[in-house]
Amino acid sequence: MEFNLLSNIVEFCNTEKKNMAQAMLEYEMRNKHLSKEQVLDGLKRVLLVMEDSVEQGLTQIVMSPSGMLNNWAKTVYNAKTDTLGPALKKATARAIAVGEVNACMGKIAAAPTAGSAGIMPAVLVTMMEEHNIPREKILDGLLVSSAIGLIFAKNSSFAGSEAGCMGETGSAAAMGAAAIVYLLGGNNDQILEAVGFALKASMGLVCDPVGGLVEEPCTTRNAVGVANAFVSAQMALAGIKSLIPADEVIFATKEVGDLMSPRLKESAQGGLANTKTGREIQKRVFKPAS
Amino acid sequence: MSEQPSIFDILGPIMIGPSSSHTAGASRIGYVARQLLQDEPKKAIITLYNSFAKTHKGHGTDKAIIGGILGFGPDDEQIRDSHEIARKQGLEWEFKFRGDTARFHSNAARVKLVGKNGGTVEVVGASLGGGRITIQEIEGFSVDFHAQAHTLVIIANDVPGSIQHISGAIAEKGVNIASMFVSRNESLANMVIELDQSVEEATLKKISSFSWVKFVRLVEPMIQYSSRYEK
Ligand code: SF4
Repeated sequence: MEFNLLSNIVEFCNTEKKNMAQAMLEYEMRNKHLSKEQVLDGLKRVLLVMEDSVEQGLTQIVMSPSGMLNNWAKTVYNAKTDTLGPALKKATARAIAVGEVNACMGKIAAAPTAGSAGIMPAVLVTMMEEHNIPREKILDGLLVSSAIGLIFAKNSSFAGSEAGCMGETGSAAAMGAAAIVYLLGGNNDQILEAVGFALKASMGLVCDPVGGLVEEPCTTRNAVGVANAFVSAQMALAGIKSLIPADEVIFATKEVGDLMSPRLKESAQGGLANTKTGREIQKRVFKPAS
Repeated sequence: MSEQPSIFDILGPIMIGPSSSHTAGASRIGYVARQLLQDEPKKAIITLYNSFAKTHKGHGTDKAIIGGILGFGPDDEQIRDSHEIARKQGLEWEFKFRGDTARFHSNAARVKLVGKNGGTVEVVGASLGGGRITIQEIEGFSVDFHAQAHTLVIIANDVPGSIQHISGAIAEKGVNIASMFVSRNESLANMVIELDQSVEEATLKKISSFSWVKFVRLVEPMIQYSSRYEK
């Protein structure tokens, strides 16, 4: 069973009278010779790790070995001022929590990468809390997000070294947006619109980690990626359209990634990594190998 | 149709951070070295090359490799404390660093292990990203395998018929050979044989009983997902 475009998945859903979660369940069962239970068990495991990583970042002391991250998730979670109510604040804190746990050698589920691992957990935990969505349904949300990731990986790239950060936090935001639309009852067209919005907002985002470590700007970019997911889903659920179809947006991310200078793709030679302060931090963290 | 990606390539791997290449992949190289030693390691000398040498601290590459040598999987939280655990278990180790060598992959490590029973092994592995690795050198032989299948590594005197004898011993028990890679240096041959299933102890014994065989090791694929996530 093979899907090469998002529109292939939608066509399959239409002919087979299935929703996107069911389509992806079938994809995995058929291609990997697994039972439904085995696939769902795998997804439960991923969800558990995601929830744990959020929890750890919000409750344990997390300071990265480089010193660049220092218990920010808790700081945000406990902030007195809410820009838009507590839900957005908490979602922001959750994404940072996972980034901090990752930087501190904690356990995370890459989704789709370790650098962008904060977005899906923040989206899903927030959906459970704000909309009382049961865990079994959240697994369907994961399946829908995997559809987006699958096509993105085929037609663009998750690698910061190939597609910049739009490949990592951009694709994760699109996956998150798709899950939100699905979980709130949106149809396949709306899921694809949300993907289009999220990726367009990430178009051209460079990968410029200070010192080559997955910390700055990655952690806060994950938090903004969560906002991107919710805003994109909001627009799609309201019924407005991404004029450029999601599949074409994905091809555009590939083109933009190819056009990007290698200095802006994970090599820590451009952008924030190459700022005066970025260089200073790098020197401090990487004293010459002893 | 080529092999399609799994949804768990997208939602995963489950791993200890921060980096799938510099942490998860590094631990797997250590783990393969441990399997090739086939003994409890008491000493480890590790050389990190290129990007591994430069950024090991921030990525915990040093802890990940020691964790792998201790037998921890890439998702085992003990990796974080691997140095303390190694100290308690009496493993001595030493790290060396080579910044810029074009001879090795940008994320490569050489692991030399000495076992409690005196055996040694020397392995070079490279981390390819996403937690995938390739083993490039064993005991000075160039090899190339990903440690994702049951893999037999054999070093033997290069006598005529050796390959037939070895493949015969494997086939005898109904195990299929998926691929075989042979390299030679002077009088020795190295064989890397990927198998569809694992082989029994008896097969390994039989192969080691051939007088011209010097070294037989089985590398099993890493078992993903330890601990309570299994439930
Ligand atoms: S900046 Fe680079 S390393 Fe950081 S999250 Fe984005 S793609 Fe990953």
